[in-house]
Amino acid sequence: MGVRTWIASWPVYRQLTGTDPLGRGAAAKSAGSSRLTARTETADSVARSVCPYCAVGCGQRVYVKDGQVSQIEGDPDSPISRGRLCPKGAASKNLVTSELRQQKVRYRRPYGTEWEELDLATAMDMIADRVVAARDATWEDVDAQGRPLHRTLGVASLGGATLDNEENYLIKKLFTALGALQIENQARI
Amino acid sequence: MAECHPVGFQWVMEAKNRGATVIHVDPRFTRTSAMASSYVPIRSGTDIAFLGGIVNYILAGGLDFREYVVAYTNAATIVNDDFVDAEDVDGLFSGYEPDRHAYAPTTWQYAGQPEISAGGADTDSQRATAGPLRHESHGAPISAGVHRDETLQHPRCVYQILKRHFARYTPEMVERVCGVPRAAFQEVCEAWTRNSGRERTTALAYSVGWTQHTVGVQYIRTAAIIQLLLGNIGRPGGGILALRGHASIQGSTDVPTLFNLLPGYLPMPHHAQHPTFDEWVDGMRHPDQKGFWSNARGYATSLLKAYWGAAATADNDYRYDYLPRMTGDHGTYQTTLNMIDGKVKGYFLLGQNPAVGSAHGRAQRLGMANLDWLVVRDFFLTESATFWKDGPEVATGEMTPDRCRTEVFFLPAASHVEKEGTFTQTQRLLQWREKAVEPPGDSRSELWFFYHLGRLVRQKLAGSDRARDRAVLDLTWDYPVRGAQDEPSAEAVLKEINGYHVDTGQPLSSYTEARDDGSTAVGCWIYTGVYAGGVNQAARRKPGSEQSWVAPEWGWAWPLNRRILYNRASADPQGRPWSERKAYVRWDEQRGAWTGPDVPDFEPTKHPTYQAPDGATGPAALAGDDAFIMQADGKAWLYVPTGLVDGPLPTHYEPAESPVRNPLYGQQANPARRAYRRPDNRLNPSPPDPHSDVFPYVFVIGRLTEHHTAGGMSRTVRYLAELQPEMFVEVSPELAAERGLHHLGWAHLVTLRSAIEARVMVTERIRPLRVDGRPLHQIWLPYHWGGQGLTRGDSANDLFGIVLDPNVLIQENKVGTCDIRPGRRPTGPALRDYVAEYQRRAGMTTGTDRKD
Ligand code: SF4
Repeated sequence: MGVRTWIASWPVYRQLTGTDPLGRGAAAKSAGSSRLTARTETADSVARSVCPYCAVGCGQRVYVKDGQVSQIEGDPDSPISRGRLCPKGAASKNLVTSELRQQKVRYRRPYGTEWEELDLATAMDMIADRVVAARDATWEDVDAQGRPLHRTLGVASLGGATLDNEENYLIKKLFTALGALQIENQARI
Repeated sequence: MAECHPVGFQWVMEAKNRGATVIHVDPRFTRTSAMASSYVPIRSGTDIAFLGGIVNYILAGGLDFREYVVAYTNAATIVNDDFVDAEDVDGLFSGYEPDRHAYAPTTWQYAGQPEISAGGADTDSQRATAGPLRHESHGAPISAGVHRDETLQHPRCVYQILKRHFARYTPEMVERVCGVPRAAFQEVCEAWTRNSGRERTTALAYSVGWTQHTVGVQYIRTAAIIQLLLGNIGRPGGGILALRGHASIQGSTDVPTLFNLLPGYLPMPHHAQHPTFDEWVDGMRHPDQKGFWSNARGYATSLLKAYWGAAATADNDYRYDYLPRMTGDHGTYQTTLNMIDGKVKGYFLLGQNPAVGSAHGRAQRLGMANLDWLVVRDFFLTESATFWKDGPEVATGEMTPDRCRTEVFFLPAASHVEKEGTFTQTQRLLQWREKAVEPPGDSRSELWFFYHLGRLVRQKLAGSDRARDRAVLDLTWDYPVRGAQDEPSAEAVLKEINGYHVDTGQPLSSYTEARDDGSTAVGCWIYTGVYAGGVNQAARRKPGSEQSWVAPEWGWAWPLNRRILYNRASADPQGRPWSERKAYVRWDEQRGAWTGPDVPDFEPTKHPTYQAPDGATGPAALAGDDAFIMQADGKAWLYVPTGLVDGPLPTHYEPAESPVRNPLYGQQANPARRAYRRPDNRLNPSPPDPHSDVFPYVFVIGRLTEHHTAGGMSRTVRYLAELQPEMFVEVSPELAAERGLHHLGWAHLVTLRSAIEARVMVTERIRPLRVDGRPLHQIWLPYHWGGQGLTRGDSANDLFGIVLDPNVLIQENKVGTCDIRPGRRPTGPALRDYVAEYQRRAGMTTGTDRKD
């Protein structure tokens, strides 16, 4: 290493003479860090998304490598958030890639003391059976004066504020057709 | 705002850097207070007194923006002779019926209204069904013919009624009720009025903790009165901005998963008021009202067409008979109590965790333990999924797994990056998310779950000719699916929400195209336009830096991509901007049209001087200066003649639990509040009842930046759990001394429902106040914790009972009373004995809530 190279590799020298007087970018780079590439540069694809936590609606860019989420960044194009994310939005990669996430259906039978396994198709079929049965057992056609009720108070639901509009639409549409009234979400809380 | 909506707060800081004054009013000093120009501590539950004091300051000093007020609000409208104000009856408006705890609102009407409008007559059933909630998109129906005195001198005009109503809300009274010193209050009054008018506007931002009071709707009403008197609505830099806490909580109200609403704020039918289709439609809009809501029949018919397609025809009233009917309160809290009583068989939880997030966690868990079956759809095993195994009632021995009958299905959910669809954020803006990756394992979207659940149920019912089953079988349920998992197309659903012409399938571009003859199908009329031209407008992503500051090409806002509602009011009655500095929408005489950087919230070519011909109704009846086009009289309402169940004007009542006797009225708490008086839902005694001294402190719950609501999406995330690793309680040094609490030591809080423990943080962020001449201590605690996740602790919501705002049935859990003691709470069965001892001391062994 020549003297010039040696001096030029000294961060303070680069900070004073280069384009980075505050020492927050190029001047602070070491030989090691200059060889690094950002995960955002090596991604296979990027999805334009929105933070799932609060209703500010900050824009997110979701970077994908080999079919896995490799990074989530604020979207600088968003006129709402201008690229920023708060601690929750910035931690959302851990939310979606967490090894603690349940990936299998779990089933607890009445009076059971532990969880059991169940496959998804069986669970769906069992749930559909239970909806049909609960609805039949609690169906109300008319009130005491013969006015229509056309409903069940035997099935209830809670949730929707974390979900998409399209999902809320189908939830409400199906439950309404089933005559289930007690459909609620966080907006009531 | 800096704590809970940090990225939104950057705009407050931008404004401050450009000279704006930022005032923060909060029981607790937060990061927002640290950045504000001034911080005003307040007693929780007293905001109507505080804001009412500002209304009084404005009206006593004649500081209102008079031209705006006369032209755009109902200040000039004359009210019925028989109306008696709460000021004259010690806190009760005319029409109160004590045995029903409800009002007959007949006397609140405008003068000259023919009769009480349909649906508004019975506040009892309005309360049970949260009727006023549907006015989120439009005012209540009244006839367009009203009497006005534009000099504002008539003793029964709204302006004079308002002035008398708030006359006793003086700075002295504000100090007595709220604990806000007079000088600090004066500063807020001066700053707000000085910064409003032609040249300037002031914005008010609240977080939805404001709605979590027994007077929550009236809080926001008081804010609306101030903002209207000062001309701050419909103008840039003005408004009342609700900072909502969930990604699409606005969307789940617009496209509602709420019991009393159908999409677009159409009411779910009521068995007695709406036995027929015509009665249902007549209950929504007054036949001769002004404005765009007069087309309610078109919105209603188009929804039924979207639901039941070819089966819905004019001959069968578009299958109105397929809609279920409300008979009363079917809200989440009534449903919880019904579960305890064994009336509910099955329960779905969709990304929501009531064991931690709803008031009276114990009632939530006991209710879930008494179901036939429960389906939990979430990312992690939340407290609501595991209550039977290791919940607090298992710890006290009240519940054991082998005695709990509930069958539980846990189905893993797809995350926001594993599905596509729209969220509606807090300013009504829809943003489409692209799908990044496939959901792992058995995880699926709710779209998948409900589409396939519907498909399976329809298979099981196939061939049935019972009317109840025809409603399911006739449903349009043919969404295209794709991929290995048969994921339904979210875009196809969005197109149905937008609406289309039945014959061609072409998307509608505006809700004005919705018809009542069955030729259009519209899933949610206020969202019409989001798929205009067959293009997903919510997916638009033109960078903010490449468009105007209004950024109309980023996402899509309802209605019709308007970013500021009622923006016609940003111009004067003649259509000129109130000032160049605050110019937004204006009348362009040359083009004969309204113009501006936003979509004008007015008929595009209606001249500002247009006067409606006699007998006109609907949009044609709106004059050129009727800026509030969704209101039945075209005016913003300072006084609400119909549509609210607890009074036409906001009035200070104490919280349902308060250590303070109401200094303003004999009436202690909101007389119309929704109470559930039963032994498993006892409320702590408040004055004038005896034993209120058992619970001498006020407590307030809230959020931390690093956690999210009931914690299901944050106590499970490594970074967030590490940043805020433990449940704690904030107390002032003075209270710590009074009760012997030590920083970082343990304390427990007790109410008639439960006792919980937390680490103590002694901090000056919480200050003792002087209220009605006595010191008052407030306590703050976060409500994110529960028994699951990476960080665990007791749930603050276990401390609350259930008592609700009567207009929208939202619980009061931003204020309650408690005791606080040093050390940890008892464990095991001793915990219930400990709470029982408090119940005995409070004289509550047999009685329930006070009766007023
Ligand atoms: S990043 Fe933070 S402020 Fe932005 S939407 Fe997410 S939670 Fe809200």
